[in-house]
Amino acid sequence: MLDTPTTRKPYVTGMDSRRSAGMLALGAHTILTMVFLYAPIVVLVAFSFTRDSFGVRWTGFTLDWYRRLLADQRLLGAALNTLYVALTSTIVSTIIGTMTALAMERYHFRGRTGFDALLYLPIVIPEIVMALALLAFFAFSFGILELLSGLRLQMGLGTVTIAHIAFTISFVVVVVRASLKGFDMRLEEAAQDLGANEWQTFRHITLPLILPGIIGGALLAFTLSLDDFIITFFTTGPGTSLLPVEVYGQVKRAITPKINAISTLMLLVSITLVFLSQFIQRRR
Amino acid sequence: MKNGIAVDLRNVVKRFAEVYAVDHVSMQIRDGEFFSMLGPSGCGKTTTLRMIAGFEFPTAGEIALHGKLVGTTPPFRRNVNTVFQSYALFPHMTVAENVAFGLQMKKTPQAEIARRVEEALDLVRLGGFSGRRPRQLSGGQQQRVALARALVNHPEVLLLDEPLGALDLKLRKEMQLELKSLQERVGITFIYVTHDQEEALTMSDRIAVMNAGKVLQVGTPTEIYERPVCRFVADFIGETNFIEGLAGGVEPDGVATITTDDGLTFRAQTTRPVTPGAKVTLSIRPEKAFLAVQSPPPGTPNCFPVTVARVAYIGSDTRIDVRLGQGRLFDLWEQNSRSTLDRDAYWQPGETGFLWWPAENALVLTE
Ligand SMILES: Nc1ncnc2c1ncn2[C@@H]1O[C@H](COP(=O)(O)OP(=O)(O)OP(=O)(O)O)[C@@H](O)[C@H]1O
Ligand SMILES: [Mg+2]
Repeated sequence: MLDTPTTRKPYVTGMDSRRSAGMLALGAHTILTMVFLYAPIVVLVAFSFTRDSFGVRWTGFTLDWYRRLLADQRLLGAALNTLYVALTSTIVSTIIGTMTALAMERYHFRGRTGFDALLYLPIVIPEIVMALALLAFFAFSFGILELLSGLRLQMGLGTVTIAHIAFTISFVVVVVRASLKGFDMRLEEAAQDLGANEWQTFRHITLPLILPGIIGGALLAFTLSLDDFIITFFTTGPGTSLLPVEVYGQVKRAITPKINAISTLMLLVSITLVFLSQFIQRRR
Repeated sequence: MKNGIAVDLRNVVKRFAEVYAVDHVSMQIRDGEFFSMLGPSGCGKTTTLRMIAGFEFPTAGEIALHGKLVGTTPPFRRNVNTVFQSYALFPHMTVAENVAFGLQMKKTPQAEIARRVEEALDLVRLGGFSGRRPRQLSGGQQQRVALARALVNHPEVLLLDEPLGALDLKLRKEMQLELKSLQERVGITFIYVTHDQEEALTMSDRIAVMNAGKVLQVGTPTEIYERPVCRFVADFIGETNFIEGLAGGVEPDGVATITTDDGLTFRAQTTRPVTPGAKVTLSIRPEKAFLAVQSPPPGTPNCFPVTVARVAYIGSDTRIDVRLGQGRLFDLWEQNSRSTLDRDAYWQPGETGFLWWPAENALVLTE
């Protein structure tokens, strides 16, 4: 966040008017930026408490929308599904992504450059392509499976989770690799020199030092999974729904402050996560 | 175990693709000795050290630690510790945790760890620093933590790769003395890599001079400086004048006669057999030749009339370039043993004099 630089002592006299004009401009810029960034969010949160049933006017404070939210089984179910998918896919993609990043930074193997490019693909290709590809993949493999074993599988929570793992791994790899770039490999040699075997070296030296990167990657994966629409839309089966898709469905019918309320709750989850990760990293 | 061989390198080769980083190196490092490896950049010092530590394995040849072949034993199973040039302190641990790391990995009881860590920190005079993080320490202090972290494990051999390389000159000199006295107190074998010849000469019991992956000479500082076995060693350690010529006869006391192609005749000490007629190089250190105003008595060996070409006053010495024979330049240092501003007390360019040195001050090199 921007901050007005007031700590520096003015050491040039006679420039005070120009300085203060500059400060004013800087201050105004800061405020405008903040307004631009956060005003919509403030409005969203505020109108989750309004009595107005269209959520566009302030007609008094109420917690009614939150009460209705808790009674809405569909929305709650979607929220739980979303959390389940986000948590599961984050854990799996963080583990796989971290291991991939370590392997990519450490070893030189044949086809490394090609693999590198392949890893970035999910980040750059249009999401709709990724979604359709995953859909085709699931349809195809379920078809094969049924042919071979007679087992009938259906799209559902499992498929969304796998899809989310697939598209978040690349992001985790990118973030963890960035933190490995700043990691001094000689520290690992120093640890081994002092008698630590490979596992102990990883556990006591590498992991603690790249943990901020891993947490960053996990957080990114979690957020991406939480609010993903397109891939989720194509890979959930009938009957299961996740929050973004569910919210979209409800908005199409009618906008009520209930939507604001669920958004506010999601915001709360995200903010809590950011603070949590900051807290964990600060404590080290 | 005293007076045994701590590290035995037998025909060790290390090849990286086409590069022979270490090329058939054989040497024995004795127990409790301060052994230095000295050589220009890229000569294979670090690679040799890394093979002893276990970070690299030889392409050919064998390494034995206290008589036991190490083969491909990983670093964490060798009782050898390293002080890295970059120190490689763990940034997320305090000084005490850094020093305790090795003992913790060996599952030493907590009480003993605490005691030994304190001991080690006292040894490097960092008693009050145990709670600090590495980034809160100066370069010299970090260096000492790295030292304590290695020594606390009581290794059989301590490897030090240019441990003072990152320090400024003054601190470096201080740490040299400290390291040396520390090594004498703990009695651990030190293998010390440096490319600073003065550092190697002042600290070492023995020095190995390396070049291009090969060990050229192993010896005490005096042996290395006074009796270099080849031109490279004579040139790399200290400064010297080289004069090329053909060997004549060698007298029973080892003094040979050498003639140059511009007709000068020299007499110099041989340390190895020299065949008459062979091409050899004379090496005369600048502080071992003298410049006289008057002609020395007849029969003085290696005496030539010369003209002073250049004079550089550097305080303790005056460095003088003289020309002899058909313009051949020769460098000699004269100690300024008198304190005076008198211009006549110092040589001036253009003056003439007589250059001479005793036969035993010059060395015949065959390689
Ligand atoms: N991992 C490696 N891969 C390829 N070549 C290497 C590797 N390590 C060292 N070399 C090469 O081996 C040679 C010796 O390197 P080494 O690091 O042992 O030199 P050094 O004597 O320690 O030099 P310096 O004084 O600069 O530290 C060099 O030519 C170097 O380029
Ligand atoms: Mg080196």
